[in-house]
Amino acid sequence: MGQKVLMKGNEAIAEAAIKNGCLHFFGYPITPQTEISEYMAKRMPKVGGLCLQAESEVAAINMVMGAAASGTRVMTSSSSPGISLKSEGISYIVGCDLPCVIVNVQRGGPGLGGIQPSQADYYQATKANGHGDLHLFVVAPASVQEMASLTGLAFDVADKYRTPAMILADGALGQMMEPVDFAVEEKTDLPEKTWAANGHGGKRNKNIINSLFMDPNDLENSIKARFARYAEIEANETRWEELMVDDADIVIVAYGITSRICKTAINAARAKGIKVGLIRPITLWPFPKAPLAKAAETAKHFLVCELNMGQMVDDVKVAIDCARPVSFYGRTGGVMPSAEEVLAEIEKIAGGLAK
Amino acid sequence: MIVFDKPKALSNVPLHYCPGCTHGIVHRLVAEALDALDITDRTVGVAPVGCSVFAYNYFECDMIQAAHGRAPAVATGVKRTHPDTIVFTYQGDGDLAAIGTAETVHSATRGENITIIFINNAIYGMTGGQMAPTTLPGQVTTTSPYGRDPKIQGNPVRVCEMLSTLDGVAYAERVSVDSPKNINNAKKAIKKAFQNQIDGKGFSIVEVLSTCPTNWGMSPADSLEWLRQNMMPHYPLGVYKDIDAKKEEN
Repeated sequence: MGQKVLMKGNEAIAEAAIKNGCLHFFGYPITPQTEISEYMAKRMPKVGGLCLQAESEVAAINMVMGAAASGTRVMTSSSSPGISLKSEGISYIVGCDLPCVIVNVQRGGPGLGGIQPSQADYYQATKANGHGDLHLFVVAPASVQEMASLTGLAFDVADKYRTPAMILADGALGQMMEPVDFAVEEKTDLPEKTWAANGHGGKRNKNIINSLFMDPNDLENSIKARFARYAEIEANETRWEELMVDDADIVIVAYGITSRICKTAINAARAKGIKVGLIRPITLWPFPKAPLAKAAETAKHFLVCELNMGQMVDDVKVAIDCARPVSFYGRTGGVMPSAEEVLAEIEKIAGGLAK
Repeated sequence: MIVFDKPKALSNVPLHYCPGCTHGIVHRLVAEALDALDITDRTVGVAPVGCSVFAYNYFECDMIQAAHGRAPAVATGVKRTHPDTIVFTYQGDGDLAAIGTAETVHSATRGENITIIFINNAIYGMTGGQMAPTTLPGQVTTTSPYGRDPKIQGNPVRVCEMLSTLDGVAYAERVSVDSPKNINNAKKAIKKAFQNQIDGKGFSIVEVLSTCPTNWGMSPADSLEWLRQNMMPHYPLGVYKDIDAKKEEN
């Protein structure tokens, strides 16, 4: 363990990226993630790196594409409306099998929405990051510490499987301060980027970075090869946290900042004798289906809590094969539920189970 | 003795371009510049959406295919992270002057040390002859079937004139490939645009007036004449900016 520093979540992502060897950042200002760009602008010149403010989110993601295509560890960050603008570039980056990290510090939507914390981009992050058959490796930190440690994981998974990775945070995590340890594990098993377009030097055949296939069979084969890697990611990189699930009648499923509100509510409910536990997906894609399916063998009810209108509910239903009732409690538009509201929802469900 | 040969930087594959299209000439000029400057092994080309998207098959350097209009941003990402590479984009008019205008203008004003080859043929070729940002007033296309009316479809854009006002631009020249003389001028301009990058001078763009016989509905010979009669008066050839020339004047 290294020394802990008190830091904002957004700054922790930025510093963690640098500590994990990302010396190039392309961004555009948008609340509530602007601290990432500001931190990068301040730090990068001191570590021999580059922070370039693009003319748009569209340009920023394409600069990331160029950097990634030439073999550079690279990151961009934005918040919800800006991620929509990046979706074209994200799709091309997937189509070209390029590793990079994209941060979404979510705010309320649709449209310009609001600037308060939200988890309303769950569908976009897990189902529709851009056009075409695609997934991103998506992590959902729940603390400033995880803003840092999952940034390192995102880079490593991206490089290992040649995929973009997304850090799906929210405005609360971005803005709040907590102690964070930036210890980075040495990696030795990351593959060399022999595919990169950075000048062949007359030493190898030319490399082509491309997402265009005129023969549909070629395109299908390239997608199937990518999905074979997705299967490896599902097998090797799915992460979640469990809390008091073994004896739980009610299992709450919540990620990110919402999971922390739920933990407070769970402790209060336990004090009242209600057996409730938590499964917290740390990776939203791949979704932790196995622990949910296992919990469904003993739990009687699943409660999904999110800062949206229930975007994760279907994933939970699929994971447990609809074996138990799944209900939803959440607030949206930037409103945060209190632990008391979640507790009241738990008590309501517990009352129903007792009948 | 071989007096005429294919440039080494041009791949030994058939080009897919229509008969009479001038892309082939411009590809050759780019390849000749790469050969002359001996930079193919450290060059990265970026070809975005348009007829020339398949350029990744035609040059012997590393190549990246980019989204419509985004090549200058992708090139920025390559050049900024690998300053020793030589990075060029090869873009059409719809790509560079419509959907990618922001990327063009901002890479230019930042003074990105890249080379842009800009094909202006006043039409969208790949999608089959629609109006381009450079389509001339009165010109008939499938989306200006009664002729481009500036009151309805707006005015065409003059790219070199616009970019020459920006501080970051080192070199902007408009050339044509309608005749052997103009092809020779175009060859010199393209080579200079790469030499500028080697010398670290900043953003260089060569706009090449080109023909699209298929979508103009003309023979290749008539197309060249149409270019001379209609495009050249609207898009005059010449050097619009050259920071070297300015130094000589002072």
